[in-house]
Amino acid sequence: MAGLPSYPSGSPRWLLAELTYRCPLQCPYCSNPVDYAQHQDELSTEAWCRVFSEARALGAVQLGLSGGEPLVRKDLSTLIAHARELGYYTNLITSGYGLTEERIAELKSSGLDHIQISIQAPEKTLNDKLAGTESFEEKKAVARLIKTQGYPMVLCVVIHRENIHLMNEILEMATALGADYLELANTQYYGWAHLNRDQLMPTRAQFETAEAIAQAYKEKVKGQMKIYYVVPDYYEDRPKPCMNGWGTTFLTVAPDGLALPCHEARILPGLDCPNVRDFSIKEIWEESPAFKHFRHFDWMEEPCKSCPEKIKDFGGCRCQAYLLTGNMKATDPVCSKSPLHHTVEEAIHLAEQDRVSSAPKPLIFRNSGNSKTLG
Amino acid sequence: MIQDTTRFGLSPHYRLQWEESQQRFVMLYPEGMVELNGPAAEILKLCDGTRRFIDMVDTLETAFDTKGLRSDIEELVQAALGHGWITILS
Repeated sequence: MAGLPSYPSGSPRWLLAELTYRCPLQCPYCSNPVDYAQHQDELSTEAWCRVFSEARALGAVQLGLSGGEPLVRKDLSTLIAHARELGYYTNLITSGYGLTEERIAELKSSGLDHIQISIQAPEKTLNDKLAGTESFEEKKAVARLIKTQGYPMVLCVVIHRENIHLMNEILEMATALGADYLELANTQYYGWAHLNRDQLMPTRAQFETAEAIAQAYKEKVKGQMKIYYVVPDYYEDRPKPCMNGWGTTFLTVAPDGLALPCHEARILPGLDCPNVRDFSIKEIWEESPAFKHFRHFDWMEEPCKSCPEKIKDFGGCRCQAYLLTGNMKATDPVCSKSPLHHTVEEAIHLAEQDRVSSAPKPLIFRNSGNSKTLG
Repeated sequence: MIQDTTRFGLSPHYRLQWEESQQRFVMLYPEGMVELNGPAAEILKLCDGTRRFIDMVDTLETAFDTKGLRSDIEELVQAALGHGWITILS
């Protein structure tokens, strides 16, 4: 219809393959679903290879191999070799825990393009506490091995209230490890992070101080280290553009084969996401109701419906709208135009109450026991 | 400063690749991708470490049967250096 903006369309460019929910670490901000222990029936090697081939045929070119901890898959090299042969740029997203010199060499000869490792904090006690496993020294050794074996060194540090005051030390650690890329990912409150939101969310003052330090450092190391800074959207007044448009760019496949327009979408009620065991990637992308569900503007309610910015942010994150308001069609309440914006302010307030409390809530760690109890 | 004899190569970990589904070249790097237009791809393909800048200009002027491309090519090469897609080898 003339005059109306059209929703972007496209084929998948990014495939995120969550190979497993198994993980030796227990980070309390993990984005995996809280009930992950109920979804342990992992796709076979053959099924993953078929998924890679079919998504590649549609146009996917960036492949993220993640989890859980993808290193626990014994067929990782086989999967990488297949993906590389198809022409993917292959990104291994790992904790680095358990990665040996031999395995790095093996992955490299399979054609792996890059390894991103995460470190929880720039010092041992806090790193090991957050990871729920003694892993700090090993992760640093792995970071050096990655570098010496000719990979770009991509370091990811998730930022939250437990480590945000250490921004200077985080930046120094990245430099000392020779990081080529540093991703400073402010915690997004989904999955386990949502469960621990009161314990993890920094104050606005903490966030602003840390951001100023990171931005100044970014200028200083320009040309040597690329810093990606993921903003914490609870302190923004406009939401992030949900997945660059629903079902336009990103495809996630969960360990059990569920195909998701975003890696959190399993939580959305009634979305009924298709499984790659039942459908081809082409059918899923082009015909499944789940992928078409928000791939237009007609589902929107006010104030999104008549907002000129809807073509920029698509109403924000559907999962965040659902988690904060109980309505997945609501305007993402991060938006200051949302009539439910107070839910974000309340969340900030609850986190602040926990921070100053004489009896703050303990962090709930991501492990199978907690998943079975809480999921 | 770009001189006639300067040689360029793709930065380590960057890959220039034809994408059939998009009908264009893309530059791939850790967790990122740039979709290239035709002229940019033609220039970046020549950043293979063997050619001097002056050879790149010659090759493209011959291929497109035209003259005076030098400043356009230099502009793109400068931008690619700025983005970190290519590096100066010698």
